[in-house]
Amino acid sequence: MYLLKKEMMNVDKLNHVNIPTNSESILRVNNLNVYAGEHHILKNLNVKIPKNKVTVLLGPSGCGKTTLLKCMNRLTDIYKELSVSGSIHIENDNILNTTKNIPSIRQKMGLLGQRPYPLPVSIYKNVAYGIKLKGVRDNKLIDYNIEKHLKEVGLWDEVKDRLHSSPQSLSIGQQQRLCLARGLAVKPRIILADEPTSALDPISSKIIENLFRDLKKHYTIVLVTHVLRQAVRIADNVVFMSNGEIIEQGTPDKLFKNPQSSQLQEYLVDGN
Amino acid sequence: MLYRRIVSDKITEWWMVTSIFIIVILPIIIGFGLFTKAAPLIELKPLGELVGSSTWLPHKKEFGFLPFILGSLYVTLIAFLLSAPICLFSAIYLTQFSSKRVLRIMHPVIDVLAGLPSVIYGVWGIVVIVPFVSDYLAPLFGTTSSGYSILAGGIVLSVMCIPYILNMLIEVFNTIPLGLKEASLSIGATFWEMVKHTVISKGFPGILSAFGLGIAKAFGETMAVMMVVGNMVQVKFHLFDSAYPLPALIANNYGEMLSIPMYDSALMFAALLLFVIILLINLVFRYFIYRTKKHE
Repeated sequence: MYLLKKEMMNVDKLNHVNIPTNSESILRVNNLNVYAGEHHILKNLNVKIPKNKVTVLLGPSGCGKTTLLKCMNRLTDIYKELSVSGSIHIENDNILNTTKNIPSIRQKMGLLGQRPYPLPVSIYKNVAYGIKLKGVRDNKLIDYNIEKHLKEVGLWDEVKDRLHSSPQSLSIGQQQRLCLARGLAVKPRIILADEPTSALDPISSKIIENLFRDLKKHYTIVLVTHVLRQAVRIADNVVFMSNGEIIEQGTPDKLFKNPQSSQLQEYLVDGN
Repeated sequence: MLYRRIVSDKITEWWMVTSIFIIVILPIIIGFGLFTKAAPLIELKPLGELVGSSTWLPHKKEFGFLPFILGSLYVTLIAFLLSAPICLFSAIYLTQFSSKRVLRIMHPVIDVLAGLPSVIYGVWGIVVIVPFVSDYLAPLFGTTSSGYSILAGGIVLSVMCIPYILNMLIEVFNTIPLGLKEASLSIGATFWEMVKHTVISKGFPGILSAFGLGIAKAFGETMAVMMVVGNMVQVKFHLFDSAYPLPALIANNYGEMLSIPMYDSALMFAALLLFVIILLINLVFRYFIYRTKKHE
């Protein structure tokens, strides 16, 4: 508990001294239910994701955080056994019930997985992939964007001399940043990150966390994690889940200093 | 107690090394055996003539294996061209598009196809494919045929290869990590673009490997092909004409024509040729797999 408090004080100094509580929401989840056969995975969830903030989905493993994240960009479609109901609005489109094409909806959200999954092509082509899918054919524009996004994730200086070699030659941390750059290259509004640091060493994790702090100026970030301290370090808004339900949500100040539910109280104690 | 555990550890390791040794030594012994048996013929004629000549007159000691080699290659090529696309697309459908239930139903079907003895495929070929080729396909292409032809052999062989290649491809595509597919979709790929850029491209070495093993198996397949391919020594190949593949030559004649001088040695040479060609096919595919993996 001591460590947690210490870290919270540091974070307060660092980046969120004034948290605007009623900031505009970019994503709204209403009455979301997900079933896998008979099994009720997500139980009537209602969440608002504030714009240009880091929202952390926190909770023990298996509580449905990742499923919620995958509902947000309809990756649930590829799991034939899942049935999803309710609504998820990004701005004014309900993405669960849309006639618009799903690839363009997904491009509004960049996904960062638990482990880096670079495509089996060169570093250059990895970032170029999404740009080309958007229909850009001008090579100069593609080059410009690749450089821009690799710089955005702080990878440019490390890879500029070997853009055409395989991403397998990079460290896991670098690969994860490459995947982030690849996601940013399609100009998303939201970054969905599913325990993006769980496979990384502490230093690489820190780099990713610092990146998120910078990136939230331009993007909205939804971060799934079960690491309490990570949530404390970078969250502007916390959604605590347990067993497919949302137990509490609000600012980290409110949740961590004054938890209402017994589940969160236990989690805060056990998490340290 | 600890000593016993260390000993059992060592014994397991020795057994594993011995197993590997047996596996490595077997092909060498077989290859060497075939070579010794074929040696009299190789001493009699230059290798170039044996492989390059198409005169097959055993009574006059003229042994040209070209018709048999080409016959085998031709039938295998047809079988590959017919089966590869079917296997590739059905494996992609079964692993990526269909529900898991369909795959569960398909597995026993594929296993039954794979387990059927080749003589059954041969009989099916004679009863169904041979008349189909002579009565329908040949007239369609404005020619006549007895039906016992390269095409019939290729069709029967392709059906035999399908379960074999399909099973391997399903395994290959099932190993593509879900996270990679999700990554591709989340960047905005359509489902088919995702399949193309991740499943096929990541699985490419595996696809090559499945095709290579399929071709090697098809090349050596004997019974079913022998029953429908006509077994006539020819050099001018036409889809609707007969051919005489290498395995059929050995199976038809071994034990029967051995009174002819050198015939025994000639059949052993045919077996050696089969052995070497299958080895070459495997090496070529290994090389391609190595290259694609390196460039990944």
